[in-house]
Amino acid sequence: MFALVDCNSFYASCEQVFRPDLRGRPVVVLSNNDGFIVARSKEAKALGIPDLEPVWKVDHLLRKHKVAVFSSNYPLYGDLSSRVVTTLRQYAAEIEVYSIDEVFVRPWAADGDLKALGHTMKNAVWRDVRIPVGVGMASSKTLAKLANRAAKKVHALEHVCVVSTETQRQWLLKRADIEDIWGVGRRLGKQLRYLGINTAWELSNADVKWLRKRFSVCLERTIEELNGVSCLELEEAPPAKKQIYCTRSFGEKATALPPVLQATALYATRAAVKLRKQKHLVKLIHVFLQTSPFDKNHYARSCTIQLPYPTDDTRLIVAAAQRGAKHLFKEGYQFLKSGVGLVDIVDKTYLQSDMFTPAQPPKADALMSVMDSINAKYGTGSVHTAAEGVKKKWAMRQSYRSPSYTTSWNALPRIQC
Amino acid sequence: MKIIPVREPLSRLPLHLFTHRVRAGFPSPADDYIEQPLDLNEHLIRHPAATYYARAQGDSMLQLGIYDGDLLVVDRSLEAHHGDVVIAAVNGELTCKVLDTRLGRLLSGNNDFPPIPCTGDTELVVEGVVIASIRYHRVCAG
Repeated sequence: MFALVDCNSFYASCEQVFRPDLRGRPVVVLSNNDGFIVARSKEAKALGIPDLEPVWKVDHLLRKHKVAVFSSNYPLYGDLSSRVVTTLRQYAAEIEVYSIDEVFVRPWAADGDLKALGHTMKNAVWRDVRIPVGVGMASSKTLAKLANRAAKKVHALEHVCVVSTETQRQWLLKRADIEDIWGVGRRLGKQLRYLGINTAWELSNADVKWLRKRFSVCLERTIEELNGVSCLELEEAPPAKKQIYCTRSFGEKATALPPVLQATALYATRAAVKLRKQKHLVKLIHVFLQTSPFDKNHYARSCTIQLPYPTDDTRLIVAAAQRGAKHLFKEGYQFLKSGVGLVDIVDKTYLQSDMFTPAQPPKADALMSVMDSINAKYGTGSVHTAAEGVKKKWAMRQSYRSPSYTTSWNALPRIQC
Repeated sequence: MKIIPVREPLSRLPLHLFTHRVRAGFPSPADDYIEQPLDLNEHLIRHPAATYYARAQGDSMLQLGIYDGDLLVVDRSLEAHHGDVVIAAVNGELTCKVLDTRLGRLLSGNNDFPPIPCTGDTELVVEGVVIASIRYHRVCAG
């Protein structure tokens, strides 16, 4: 038995956790740089504010309905997400953190009153974290995903949908469109519709062998899963990332080299921190720089830089990334975005070296570990390379960011006594 | 050849195996009694995922020893009982008070502040139980 626990309008719900005055009110969260709407509370959806809409297009709606607007606050969302996972662990024999707001759970008690268990999990997350969730339960991950969707849509289910009998399975599959199925994208959906397969129910009854020949073994697995046969196991430890990218848009367009170099240094620094966290070393860096795609003379270039030896030393990575950015930079353009990718990375623990290949000196390891622990203690960016600069004019626009209530001692919620 | 990666220690607290240097001669009699150092987190916090910190602001809880600027340790997972110090949302505003379930109201720890009755249009939601408050007697770092 699998349960998929999915947080409702996660980012918007996070903004309401320490602001009970905003519960039941329209709340939206903006993308990096405050450009687009990326999350809407139920009430904001009801006002007809579309998802992924540029802010300026709905400005009148936001004002008229006094919608609470927030810049994205990832430290807060990350902390609350891990609290949701921890709360669910007590009910789980196994757990897979599928995304920041979705968790697959294989419950301890798989034969008891599943509906009651679903409600217990939902209520526990609300009580401990104040995040509303929906729960879908079924015998395969693909069915659990569909059940979760039904839990959200069918009001009478009160956010918990258990699919354990054949009648329930048929009911679920018949009301799900082909595109709603996990792993069937819009493109595959279109092709299947062309073959006359329009619903999950029709797919579950289709000729498996023929479809496998035409499409892939993945689709065959999906069909098995729809028929209640579990083919996809939980992935408890996500595989280490094979590439690490850090890219952002600038708060204001950059026309000179120094701000571009500073931004590149910061992204390289962030990527290096992630690299050390997963205990890998990088051999090759990818740097890119571009103007807005809407600019008349659009410019987008990238280059790769080889490092002298596999490393996780911020200083080397920043220097290499800046060398790349310098090479890419051209006068006369308004740059909007840059990024740094660590593209060829190796596991540090398995790395074998010999006397003749140069390797990272132990001193660098020590320095990086001190830097990471200082930044963990006093906040990201407390210690950084001078290359980032001090005043970051190009930094992201985040005009409406809420305090980091749970990750900074200076931003704790203030309670009136 | 098989390569076995070194595993990370699970605990963040250091475990002192030997506090004394090993010398030839008499071993330290304390070495057999070394235990883990005390961890304040472990002492105060039962439910880490449900525990939050907040900052007290105002004078209404002085008699209960909560002063302006104190650190409040709040556990959301506990059921609030009569007499608990709680964080409550009163019409959406967060406040720290004593819960009086018998008369359905919130009490202050200061006679200058009258009880807040929770009847009629007043909406009251208990947001968590204050399990401890921490008073700084010196300016604290961070």
